[in-house]
Amino acid sequence: MKLTDTLQFAYGSLRGSPTRTLLMILAMSIGVASVVVLTALGEGARRYVVNQFASLGTNLVIVLPGRTETAGLGPGMLVGQVPKEITLDDAQAIRGSRAVKLIAPLSVGSATLSRDALNREVVVLGSTAELLEVRKMSIGAGKFLPAGDIHESTSVCVLGNQMKQELFGNEQAVGQWVRLGDRRFRVIGVLSSQGESMGMRTDELVIIPVASAHQLFNTSGLFRVLIEAKNRDFIEQAKSDAEAIMFQRHAGEKDVTVITQDAVLATFDRILTALTMAVGGIAAISLAVAGVLIMNVMLIAVAQRVKEIGLLKALGAPPKQIRDLFFAEAALLSTIGSIAGLVLGYVGSTIIGQIYPSLPVSPPWWAVIAACGTALGTGILFSVWPARRAARLDPVAALAGR
Amino acid sequence: MIELQNVSRSFTVGDQQVSALRDINLRLDAGEYISIMGPSGSGKSTMLNLLGLLDRPTSGTYLLDGGNVTDLTDEQQAQVRREKIGFVFQSFHLVPRLTAAQNVELPMILAGIAPEERKQRVEVLMQNYGLSARADHRPDQLSGGQRQRVAIARATVMKPTVLLADEPTGNLDRATGWEVLKLLEGLLEQGITLVVVTHDAEIGARAHRQIHMLDGAIRSDEKHVV
Repeated sequence: MKLTDTLQFAYGSLRGSPTRTLLMILAMSIGVASVVVLTALGEGARRYVVNQFASLGTNLVIVLPGRTETAGLGPGMLVGQVPKEITLDDAQAIRGSRAVKLIAPLSVGSATLSRDALNREVVVLGSTAELLEVRKMSIGAGKFLPAGDIHESTSVCVLGNQMKQELFGNEQAVGQWVRLGDRRFRVIGVLSSQGESMGMRTDELVIIPVASAHQLFNTSGLFRVLIEAKNRDFIEQAKSDAEAIMFQRHAGEKDVTVITQDAVLATFDRILTALTMAVGGIAAISLAVAGVLIMNVMLIAVAQRVKEIGLLKALGAPPKQIRDLFFAEAALLSTIGSIAGLVLGYVGSTIIGQIYPSLPVSPPWWAVIAACGTALGTGILFSVWPARRAARLDPVAALAGR
Repeated sequence: MIELQNVSRSFTVGDQQVSALRDINLRLDAGEYISIMGPSGSGKSTMLNLLGLLDRPTSGTYLLDGGNVTDLTDEQQAQVRREKIGFVFQSFHLVPRLTAAQNVELPMILAGIAPEERKQRVEVLMQNYGLSARADHRPDQLSGGQRQRVAIARATVMKPTVLLADEPTGNLDRATGWEVLKLLEGLLEQGITLVVVTHDAEIGARAHRQIHMLDGAIRSDEKHVV
């Protein structure tokens, strides 16, 4: 018997009982669709986090004061020492590493921003000109902080987009004066609207030179030092260089923590990939259930078509041919079910993508292949028994309908 | 040519052994017209199943065209059925979802014959049996006589050497039954060996050789010259 004839015959018998066939295809496609949609959601969450990290800046190494000890208290804490702060000169020293491309020291505080009668409590970021590139910010109007001596405390500021709107509305902001705490600052630029990035809304920030921030808050330490390595390959070197320089400058004490964005990102990536696979695995169980359903329906089909099987045997169909006919039926069901499921899954993912536009929902290729593979596999696997049962029927009894 | 040598067939029913055929010796020549008659339970259906290789004897040997087919595997027996044996059943056994033409085509599909040749052979047969107008009808749209004609077309499409008919007129009215019988008898001209199982004495009497069975044994075996 030719393959095309086998498929055609199997297709014919599927058409012969349309309700049953449709229900089976529905079960199969729901299974495939749920794998596709759930993994798409998981993958979307993963990409969302990865994108958030990317928007923080690329090839980023972050130096923060204090040593994150996992094994209890550091020795200094017992005698009442606080970790030595990171100074502007420390930040400048790190620039000496040849792995470093840009450095943006960061000092953070909050102050009241006012213009005439309007007051706003704002997060103030003290930094340098390089922050713009390190954090991938973009300027909407005017200029960013001027490059120059890091210790120079000029009274200029850059407003976040939302702050500008709230204080100036549609007026021109650049060139105007605002009051921040007890000092007056001239607005030299406005950031373009960027939304949220890692929990910090740049739209609500005010950025001033780091030396001005130190004066404003009366501090000398830095909150963070952001380092951008020359490229991906230099990240590790930049990290070890920063550690070595800080170690040296802090008189042989390891009192800073240096983290790379890559390490954090890789951890999130692993966790979310594992989560996606787990969710996909749960959805795959529904495929296995669909497989059991196929077995059940195939057994019914064998019982219902016992006379037909007897006839095929009398007409000279060997057991293998009968088996193949039932396999072909299961394979057709699984294939049609998979395709329907893929369509359903992609439609579902698209709808979810429309509802949550910030989530980049798209099913990963491996999940699509796995879903279809599982569907075909279970379909054929679970038809082995019914097909063998059909092939083994005694022709005389089968013809008599027994 | 068919030869049964000391063939017995027994079934186990509950804990009892029931003999359906006891030590049968029979020789059918090519082109013969044989009727097998007897009351129900006499073993005539079992005999037909054995002749059609649908069943295996408990003991004894079955020679078909000089070859021993008793010990063939299931696959090999299926091939012999496909190439040498045609069946006509009392209840027609047409596949309900297939059209008349597709039912006739079925044995050729199983044999792996190319579609063009299949189509041609089906057309010729449908024409010969006066079924051309009904080729695209499904069995439930056909009369009993038409259904049995489709079944006969299907049984002969592979040009078998033996045609086994089990009560071929049993589900038909008298007139249609005679028509179907005439059709079967017409096949004799092509040299086919025709075996008809019936309990209708009138139909059985038309055969050139009449075998009467009782309790799994041949009671009489008479040849009539027509």
